[in-house]
Formats: sequence, structure tokens, C-alpha cells
Amino acid sequence: MTRLLLGRLIQAVLVALVVGGLCFALVRVLPGDAAFRIAADRYGPDALTGQAAEAVRRELGLDRPWPELLLRWFGDLAQGRLGNSLVSGEPVSEELAGQLGPSLWLAACALALSLLIGLPLGLASGLRAGSGLDRLALVGAVALRALPPFVLGLVLMLVFSIRLEWLPPAGYGTWREMALPSLTLALGLAAVSSRVARDAVAEVGATAYYRFARLKGLPAGAVVLRHGLRNAGIPVVTYLGLQAVYLIEGVVVVESLFAYPGIGHALVHAVIARDVPMVQGAALVMGLMFVLLNLGVDLLCRLLDPRLGAAR
Amino acid sequence: MMLQMQGLAGPDRPAATAWPLSRRIGLGLLALLAAFALLGPLLVDADPARQDLSASLAPIGSDFLLGADHYGRSLLARLAHGARLSFGMALLTMLSAAVPGLLLGVLAAWRGGVAERALVALSDIVLALPGLLLVLILLAFAPGHFLPLYLGLSLALWVEFFRVARTTTARLLVEPRIEAARLLGFGTPYILRHQVLPEIAPLLLTLAAFAMGTAILAISTLSAISVGLQPPTPELGSMIVELLPYYAEAPLAVLMPGLLIFLLVLGLQLTARGGTVR
Repeated sequence: MTRLLLGRLIQAVLVALVVGGLCFALVRVLPGDAAFRIAADRYGPDALTGQAAEAVRRELGLDRPWPELLLRWFGDLAQGRLGNSLVSGEPVSEELAGQLGPSLWLAACALALSLLIGLPLGLASGLRAGSGLDRLALVGAVALRALPPFVLGLVLMLVFSIRLEWLPPAGYGTWREMALPSLTLALGLAAVSSRVARDAVAEVGATAYYRFARLKGLPAGAVVLRHGLRNAGIPVVTYLGLQAVYLIEGVVVVESLFAYPGIGHALVHAVIARDVPMVQGAALVMGLMFVLLNLGVDLLCRLLDPRLGAAR
Repeated sequence: MMLQMQGLAGPDRPAATAWPLSRRIGLGLLALLAAFALLGPLLVDADPARQDLSASLAPIGSDFLLGADHYGRSLLARLAHGARLSFGMALLTMLSAAVPGLLLGVLAAWRGGVAERALVALSDIVLALPGLLLVLILLAFAPGHFLPLYLGLSLALWVEFFRVARTTTARLLVEPRIEAARLLGFGTPYILRHQVLPEIAPLLLTLAAFAMGTAILAISTLSAISVGLQPPTPELGSMIVELLPYYAEAPLAVLMPGLLIFLLVLGLQLTARGGTVR
């Protein structure tokens, strides 16, 4: 258990080091002089002189060698000081706090919806492996996996918002705005999870203990519930860990596509505007979301299969 | 002599498992698309950037075989150039991920010790973040440029090659036949070439196709959210977004680049999946 937590903690630290290090490098290569910018900010553009900039440079220690600056950069990061956005001037942490909620909602809705679609479909095709339904689900899954999320999102938008005019193509607030972005992500996720569930169910269905449960007279429904689902659930949950990459990347893409006010949208805009503090903050939060998602999957696996914990 | 006997008695893989139906369909699809991407720009004389505003949104089958976009640029030429760009960039990123990945993987398993631990730590660092986030941060260095896109994708993709090469080599190194080859006096390069490489080679097609599929998806997605390659370039993802406002007039013009991306990735994924279609 401690080993599991420690592993994810190390991953979180790595995320911070990679994001922080890259953003530090980004500040150093961007054109313009930070000391001049800060001096202009403080004293107004009229009072901006070389001397004022030099004074700021000395005061803030911007003339120190870069390893020292890097250490200071990481020190700020460790204390949660993310700085102000270069575009809006607002503190990055405040902007992110406002965007975190919508992003978490989107991720949670997409995940829940993908399980609602994927699991029953996987169960049905696994119990009747090789049937027409199973083949159809396979073709659908292969096709969905080859479709980039943004194309899938556009197709849904064209069908449901423009042709049928059922759902709005953008915005945030009610379930109606939430439906298309989360469905886009959910279909991509379900394409994988339905097949993983199908394989797991088909495999469990072929085991001796499963056949014995049938032979001893348990009704079909009870066998599926008591012996089938729990054993088949382990690979599905394990696979969710791998799908976390798809989910996080998908949130970034789908938020930008549907003009959804979340962190992924903010990240893409910050990259275009080269708003370094915002890029750092948004990438950091998305990265930490990824780590937490992985941790959740780890813990869920342990819960479903206590043997994993006992082995250590 | 013993080695030869073992080789003869070893499990002969029937050709059918290496070339299952899905892989053959995938490779066939890829061959067609590659022909379109390579021959298209040669046969279709049209310049993908030449505008003819009087032919704006020309329908399919008029002067333009597949119609024209809102600037009156030939869609056939743009699709062919876009396919070539996607294919070429995916191939380039795959190669620059595969070569160091494989070499470092074999090296890590072979040498062990500090070298292996350093390389594994490096791969852990890359895997800590989802690949697209890494590419996005790198793109902030030079938005719309080819180099950060290429470097970021290669950096994210080499890990898979590295891990497979390392685990396969590590598994082989403890087998008696490697020890026997060493005792017989064969040198390291010989053993690597004749014992280790043949074991990794069958996995290569799967890994390479998978990496190329990921690269094509990422390249088109990033241009579609306007941080990747920029509009005048005939890139499939940005073509879709560029044409989207004209969906009501020319729906096919929007859907064709999307279909092309879909077919490219489908061909690669069917090839990658090989024997294990699920």
C-alpha cells in the first residue's frame, strides 16, 4: 500500500519537475527582457529607463546564474506560487480554480457515460461471444478507435446541433451543453472498455468455477452477478488506468472544440498566447489530475482483487 | 550442433499467424493510401496553394475532380499533399522514436547497472505526463512550427520501443542459448544480431504501425485546435476546421479530409493489431 502511494507521489513530483523545468526554459528562450517588462509594469512605460530595469534586475536577482534561478523557480512552484497570467493579469491559481470544476465535471461525466455504454455492451457481447451483436460491436469499436476525438466531436456536433438542432454546440451550464462533449469522450473510451469487458466476460465464462456455479443450480442472473462481473471487472478497471491518458488528452481537445470553459481550453489558449505562467499552471493541474486518476484506478483494483495487496 | 537441433525442434510459427486477415487488410489499405499520397502530387498537376476565387466551393466533378475549397484551391491536390504530409511526418517521427528506442532498450538490458537505471528513470519521466501535454508545452516554444511538434512526438513515442526492446532482451539474456553462444566464443555484436534482433523484429511492425497511428492522430488534432501546423499548409486536420464554416454549402469538402485521417489511422491500427483483433 505504501509502495503504491509512494510510486504515485514520485510520479506527481516528476510531473511538477517536467512542467516546471520546461516552462522555466520557455521563459528563458522567449524574446524580451523580463527585467524591462517588470520595470514597465511597476513604474509605467514613461518612467522606463535602462537604470530602472537594472535596479529591478538586481533587486529580483534576475542577473544570477540560471541554476540558481531554476532552483528559485522550483521553490516558488513547491509553495504553490504560480504567478499571474500574462494575458489577463489575474493570479493563475484563481483562474485555474474557476476552471477546475467544469473540467472535473466533464471528465467524470465522460467516464461514467463510457462505463454506462461500454460495460453492458461488453457484457452482452461477451456472454454471446461470436454472435452477430459481438461482431457488430467489434466493427463499431475498431471504427471509433480510428476516429480522432475532434472529428468524432465535429460529427456529433453536425448531427445533433446543426441537423437535428437538439443540443447546443458550445457553452457551459446545464446538462444540455455537457451532453455532446462528454458523449464524444465517452464513445472513444467505450470503444476500448467494451472490448476489454467482452474479453474478460468471455474468459470468465469459460472457467471451471463459472461452469460449476451454473451446474450447482444457481440461476443465470446470479451467476453473472456473483461470479462473472467481479472477476471480469478487474481487467476493465486495470484498463481504465491506460485509458486515463486518452481521457486527459481528450479533455484538452474536446474542451477546445466545444469552447468549454475548462483547464484544457485554457491550456491551449495559453500555448497560443505563450502565456507561460498559465501554461505551467494548467499543464500542472492536468498532469496532477492524471496522477490522481491513476491512483484511483490502483486503489479500485486493490479493492476488487484483494490478492494484489496480500501478495506483497 | 546442439544449437542447430534446438533451432529445428523449436516452435515453428506458421506463416498464417504473422499475417492474419486484419493485418493484410490494414496493409492493403495503407498501400492504397500511400499510392494516393505519393503518386497524387505527381499525377495531379495542380498546386495545392493556387487559388481560383471564381471556382470557390466548386462541386465535385466540375473542373476539379473532388471539388474546390472556399479559396478555389483544388481539394484533390490538397488531400493528396495532406496525406503525404501526414504519412511523411508520421514515418519520420516513428523512425526517430524507433531507432534510439530500440538501441537504448537493448543497451539498457545488456549493460544493466547505472545505464539501465538512468534510462528507465528517463522513460518514467516521459510517461509521467500524457504525451499530448508534453507536445503542447513544447509547442509553446514555437507555435505552428514543425520542429517542436516533431521533437515532442518522438520524445513521447520512443518509450514504447525502449520498453519492449528492454524487456525482450532481458528475457532472452537469461536463456541458455545465449550463454551457449557466449561460451562458444561469439562476440556481442554477433549475438545481438543473430539471437536478440530476430526476437524483437516480429514486434516491430506492430510497434511502428501503432506509433505512426498515434502520430497522425496527434498531428491532425493539434492543427485542428490551431496549435499545430498553420492553415496555408495542406494539413488534413486544419483543412477540416478551415472548411467547417462552409459545411452547409459543401458538406463533402469538410468530410473528405476527416475520412482520409480515419482511413489512414484505421489501416495503421489494423496492421498494428495483427493477430489479436478484439
